[in-house]
Amino acid sequence: MEEKRASKQCGGVLPFFIGVLASLIIGWWVFPQVLYSQKAQPFNFSHKVHVDGEGMDCESCHTYAEDGSFNGLPSNAVCADCHSEDVLGDTKDEEIFVTEYLQKDKEVPWLVYQYQPDNVYFSHKAHEGFECTDCHPDLGNSDTLPAYYENRISGYSKQTMKMWQCERCHAEVGTSNACYICHK
Amino acid sequence: MHNHIDFETRYVMCVDIDKCTGCGACMVSCQAENNIAPMEDGSNKLKTLTWMLVYELNNGKNFPDREVAYLPRPCMQCENPACVPVCPVVATAKDEEGGIVSQIYPRCIGCRYCMAACPYHARYFGWFDPKWPEGMDKTLSPMTSTRPRGVVEKCNFCHTRLMNARQRARQEGVDPLKMPEDWYQPACVESCPSGAITFGDINNPEHKVHELAHSKYAFRLLEKLGMDPQVYYISRREWVRKQADHHTAEEKH
Ligand code: SF4
Ligand code: SF4
Repeated sequence: MEEKRASKQCGGVLPFFIGVLASLIIGWWVFPQVLYSQKAQPFNFSHKVHVDGEGMDCESCHTYAEDGSFNGLPSNAVCADCHSEDVLGDTKDEEIFVTEYLQKDKEVPWLVYQYQPDNVYFSHKAHEGFECTDCHPDLGNSDTLPAYYENRISGYSKQTMKMWQCERCHAEVGTSNACYICHK
Repeated sequence: MHNHIDFETRYVMCVDIDKCTGCGACMVSCQAENNIAPMEDGSNKLKTLTWMLVYELNNGKNFPDREVAYLPRPCMQCENPACVPVCPVVATAKDEEGGIVSQIYPRCIGCRYCMAACPYHARYFGWFDPKWPEGMDKTLSPMTSTRPRGVVEKCNFCHTRLMNARQRARQEGVDPLKMPEDWYQPACVESCPSGAITFGDINNPEHKVHELAHSKYAFRLLEKLGMDPQVYYISRREWVRKQADHHTAEEKH
């Protein structure tokens, strides 16, 4: 009698390991898949064509305002400096840009990989000494834009910089890590 | 018990009580600057929010000897804040140049220990989710992040303006620790129609507050507690100065 119950309770180690395995798979693979929705950019933009092909650098389009604050994404007006009304190249993407956005006077709703939450104050001016790619994905050499992953709960991008990354660098270079250095 | 930091810059506010007419422009501009949503029932003072609050004082006499004065009260950004050591999650701290006491909303767990500790009643609890009537949400300012209900908030001397000023200093090649006075002024200071509030770095001899704070008419609230507020008041009227601290009848001061 005793023996029987013991063996029934135990059920072998197999169910236990199956449980652990299932939890691991759910935790490490299924949940992250479910948590982020994948979004595509309105159309593809090749940084490489502009950098390698046209000899432009980051600052040709990504600039500061007079007070040192970052200007955000280049607007249609910046693109129109070269892509006036006509399609220059032969890619489908450029055609989409010119006909769907430029000619219709509509700004492109780019998805920004690195938008920070509202309570973060970030000054590009203060970080001018660093390479853009120390924090940003190195898109300058890529032909395609990566997929954008949006956290379904918070709405933030998965690719955005995390607080521990900011803090680690501040600690390494000896900058203060006081809350009000970055928060508002 | 406190770990005092000697900041190179220490931003202070000097309020000339004799110039304050109690109009409340500072309160209004503060609410606009810091995204404080209109209250559903503004008359319920237990549940409303005002980072900057104007108090009315009087000399306790009857007409014709009665006198009144108005005292605007932001957070004092105390040198030895009572609110900081009590916070169990370090959501509030005094650790950055300028000496402004920070308050990080996503980190705050809403326990309200800091509210109980602050003798100046400078901290407020958000009882309701902020709601902006349609159309008014367009007035939301990028200067301050909005808070959900359930966390504590307080005046931070419009801290984002300091960050913006520092950014400008970097752009123009000025030392961010030695900026001209007018580069960084909080909203209330800017909007005061009678010029009662002066603001600047007390350690910088070129800033007006450097001298004002040492005027013989200058005082701080509850100085006896030793919290060393970074807000100074000025009044040439003795009865006003007397009300700044608690005094017992027998006490000689
Ligand atoms: S006035 Fe109150 S909230 Fe402000 S620093 Fe002093 S103790 Fe803290
Ligand atoms: S209410 Fe928030 S800031 Fe205040 S002591 Fe509690 S956790 Fe800290």
